[in-house]
Amino acid sequence: MKCQLCPNPATVHFTKVVNKKATELHLCTECAARQQIPSLGELSLSAILQSLIGQHVGPQAEEMSRLTCPTCGLKYMEFRREGRLGCPRDYASFRVGLEPILRKVHRSTRHVGKVPRRRQPSEIDLSLLDLRQQLRRAVQAEAYEEAARIRDQIREKEAANESR
Amino acid sequence: MNPDNLVQTTGEWLRATGPESDVVVSTRIRLARNHAAYPFTNRASPHQKAEIEAIVREKVAQVDSDRPLHFINISKLGQLDRQFLVERQLISRELANAEGPRAVVVDDREAVSIMVNEEDHLRLQVMRSGLALDEAWQDIDSVDDRIEQVFDYAFSDEFGYLTACPTNVGTGMRASVMLHLPALVLTKQIEKVFRALQKINLVVRGLYGEGSRASGDFYQISNQVTLGKSESAALTEIREVNRQIIEYERQARTLIIKETRQAIQDRVARALGTLQSATMMTSEETMELLSSVRLGVNVGLVTGLPITLVNELFLHTQPAHLQKLMGTQLDGEERNAARARYLRTRLKEAGPNPN
Ligand SMILES: [Zn+2]
Ligand SMILES: [Zn+2]
Repeated sequence: MKCQLCPNPATVHFTKVVNKKATELHLCTECAARQQIPSLGELSLSAILQSLIGQHVGPQAEEMSRLTCPTCGLKYMEFRREGRLGCPRDYASFRVGLEPILRKVHRSTRHVGKVPRRRQPSEIDLSLLDLRQQLRRAVQAEAYEEAARIRDQIREKEAANESR
Repeated sequence: MNPDNLVQTTGEWLRATGPESDVVVSTRIRLARNHAAYPFTNRASPHQKAEIEAIVREKVAQVDSDRPLHFINISKLGQLDRQFLVERQLISRELANAEGPRAVVVDDREAVSIMVNEEDHLRLQVMRSGLALDEAWQDIDSVDDRIEQVFDYAFSDEFGYLTACPTNVGTGMRASVMLHLPALVLTKQIEKVFRALQKINLVVRGLYGEGSRASGDFYQISNQVTLGKSESAALTEIREVNRQIIEYERQARTLIIKETRQAIQDRVARALGTLQSATMMTSEETMELLSSVRLGVNVGLVTGLPITLVNELFLHTQPAHLQKLMGTQLDGEERNAARARYLRTRLKEAGPNPN
């Protein structure tokens, strides 16, 4: 199906209700973002996001397009296409490409608000995430001895975290 | 827990017992949370998703709670039960239609629910009747505190709670207020109200019905910004906007009663009459008519009909609820007949009168 406002394929489909009259709308991501239709729900927020990613990461696009997250394997171009990050590390992996988007969506790039009570203020610890991903790859490669070794490491680390 | 246990009831949030219940149906707050040691749901392997689900079943569902928590495995439910949970707003359409290990944890009153392996590992949700943002925040804040003892949150000092979609990062909080705005719709002021909201970064969407379609004059207003604005600042903003909209809606109700009393009276009486006598009723028409009746009750044009019952009828006439109540699968036509029958019976019991 084509976008009702331009020749691009329509990716956002919704019904706009004005004075009890329902109008079906089929738009491409860009047109939906430009329309700023008030009845857009959370779903379409992500459509707006996708178009923002396209618009605001222009200058770094070259550099960004070569980036892949070492932990989850997400390519920046995949994020750009789907609007979803793959793992907690991506906020660091794609920082350059993310900050302009965060600024546009939230008008801020810095968290204000609740902090987990349990946690010591420090950098997020991603070592367990990395171990889990290594384990996944080892199992996929049928490297069972290595997988067992990694599983032990995970258990040790979890036990250490418990007693922290 | 089996969803069948919920069929005859509604969640407490739908019972119109909260503040400003003439206009505000409910308040909902959601928090997006992820485990620091797993990829987000969309990049997690089925095995990893199953591990997340196990942590929730064995630990999160066991945390101290005012009411017992029940774990429901969604991948084991049929299409009708999943749809039923969507209609009750216990899970999202996305979670219902997703694949792989996923679940929801719910308490008896349906005040707290935790979606598992939605876009984020956890989506905590608290529902309250009426406009009750502070109370809902206190509830969810304390649920969140207890869960963090057993579920290692992905959190960075810089970006806050890390989420799969950057539109939720920071507080991960989405506070929504569901309003019934029939008079603003009738007086054609609703668009103006929405345009104003857009300027202050709040999201409005229609509720019930399919997709984002507004039906029954229900609208949901949510905050959009989650980064760089604290939970309390976001709640204050949304509270103030809602106070204003409530005021506008009440003024519009006063106005239509003053200036077009007969027309409104006629509209309400016809709506009630149709609901009491029709033999076929679509979901859309039911919404429209119940909306008029709800307005009628709130402005004193209908007596003998509690708002609680009207709210319940909105829920019970949804397709999956209707089929669960009838205890059998029904196709479109059969549903319309069953819906009309159900409405006639329930309204006869109550015996409302147009004034
Ligand atoms: Zn277009
Ligand atoms: Zn990653």
